[in-house]
Amino acid sequence: MNLKIQQFVIIITILIVYSCRQQPPSLRSIEGKQLTINDAIRPTDSIEDFISPYRKRVNEVLDSTLSYAPFAITKSDGRYNTTAGNLMADIVLEQANPIFRSRALKEIDFVVLNHGGIRSIISEGNVSARTAYEVMPFENTIVVVALNGKSVRNLISFLINSGRAHPIAGLQIILTKDGSLRSVNIKGAPFDENRIYYVATSNYLVEGGDNMGFFKDGLEITETNYLIRNAMIDYFSKVDTIAPKVDQRFMKLNK
Amino acid sequence: MKRRDFLTTTGSGAAYVGLGGLSLNSCKALSAKQITILHTNDVHSHIDPFPADHAAFPNMGGLARRAALVEQIRLENPNTLLLDAGDIFQGTPYFNFYGGELEFKLMSKLKYDAATIGNHDFDNGIGGLLAQMPHAKFEMISANYDFSNTVMDGFVKPYTTYLLNGIKIGVFGLGIALKGLVTKTLYKETRYLDPIEIAQDMSRTLKEDLGCDLVICLSHLGYEYRNAQRPSDVILASKTANIDLIIGGHTHTFLDRPVIKRNSSNKEVLVNQVGCYGINLGRIDFYFDSNKNMRSEGLSISV
Repeated sequence: MNLKIQQFVIIITILIVYSCRQQPPSLRSIEGKQLTINDAIRPTDSIEDFISPYRKRVNEVLDSTLSYAPFAITKSDGRYNTTAGNLMADIVLEQANPIFRSRALKEIDFVVLNHGGIRSIISEGNVSARTAYEVMPFENTIVVVALNGKSVRNLISFLINSGRAHPIAGLQIILTKDGSLRSVNIKGAPFDENRIYYVATSNYLVEGGDNMGFFKDGLEITETNYLIRNAMIDYFSKVDTIAPKVDQRFMKLNK
Repeated sequence: MKRRDFLTTTGSGAAYVGLGGLSLNSCKALSAKQITILHTNDVHSHIDPFPADHAAFPNMGGLARRAALVEQIRLENPNTLLLDAGDIFQGTPYFNFYGGELEFKLMSKLKYDAATIGNHDFDNGIGGLLAQMPHAKFEMISANYDFSNTVMDGFVKPYTTYLLNGIKIGVFGLGIALKGLVTKTLYKETRYLDPIEIAQDMSRTLKEDLGCDLVICLSHLGYEYRNAQRPSDVILASKTANIDLIIGGHTHTFLDRPVIKRNSSNKEVLVNQVGCYGINLGRIDFYFDSNKNMRSEGLSISV
């Protein structure tokens, strides 16, 4: 009797195992959830140790003081031009012009950047390379585009109609009290529609960013391969204080 | 004497009871299998946790913490895959300083199994991506980027398969249209192929030709767009037939929980995306069974 049961059990077990093997696995149930990573989780030491030297090096480079801001510099402290915008555009003009001069034997006439490209305020106090990373996290380079007079006119119309204080340098736009164009000066001289102007900007804008379509009519493009962020870091390294002002480079007359 | 009889009888009884149990649960007992899928997307070089005073993510994220969580889950279930849906690069100075080296090395240390390529992974050019490939011990997969005329040729597979505890898992990757999003000088001759058509073919191949029990798509298409024509994970789910799970990215969508969609055969597809910056880790557990009786009960999904 016992033997029979044992045999029966063995045979059935083999049959069942065999029948299971024959069956393809079928999906029975799924459970899904998001797990939040927070300070309740103790970090893995070996990973922490691996990151540590990289972090130390990055922080050393980023946090060494390069310059000083006596007040907060923002892109929202002016209607037509702002302290942050003026600083950025002036830096691009000052830092890129020697490169363009040596490469193309020409001078940059003016600079146009985009208001949206300024990603952070510069707080009052010490200015470091980290500041440049915060303001300009993107890998955008300075590009010089040759534009004819018609394209420059389109550019000026774009700036007037955009409703945003896009950073400019070397260019002065004055609007009448009712908002129509009164005068345009480029490097101190009245805008001459019959000549070619060399405009420094970001490669992002030349490639169609922020709908600055006039750049696609560029006659010639010179890529400096100079990162805007590096231009900022180089500039911060050579000046003691950065104190840009809202000025008259783009303004509307009161009367 | 009597005692011996009693023991013998009990033994038979136990065998019989055991057999009863066996006939009902044997397959479950013998072959119930759990596959755990862990995933991230759009980590964007976020290695350190956010500071305690951060407005959006105070004290959250951190790669060494993610490592601990992954380690713990792998201990509970060794049949685990760790996947990433792209945009590994760009977002902190770690990327600017080291070009993605640290990101790839750390993902290798965490034993990531596969990742797909996001638009920001081209930020140092296709050459910049190639330069970091020696640090990646995980598979780079993309089925709709054709790299054959680029330096990345041979470094990216359309899909990869895994056999975990007898369960065959197919994972394929999809990338977003690069034109207008990434400078041509960066992606060079990379060709973008229609992700939906590729996914239809790819998922059929994995399920039917290669016999995968589970098909997972790592997508950097984005969760959903106002423009209903623009390829997204929601469209991908509805227009394909053989995908079990879509792990998404690009739109930095913080889904509260995985979303259940219906595919072109009216079967369930899970779509998940865990925001960005390594704030969350997605976890999907798949339970398999060979029992016929269980099979007839259908699929239960709890999210």
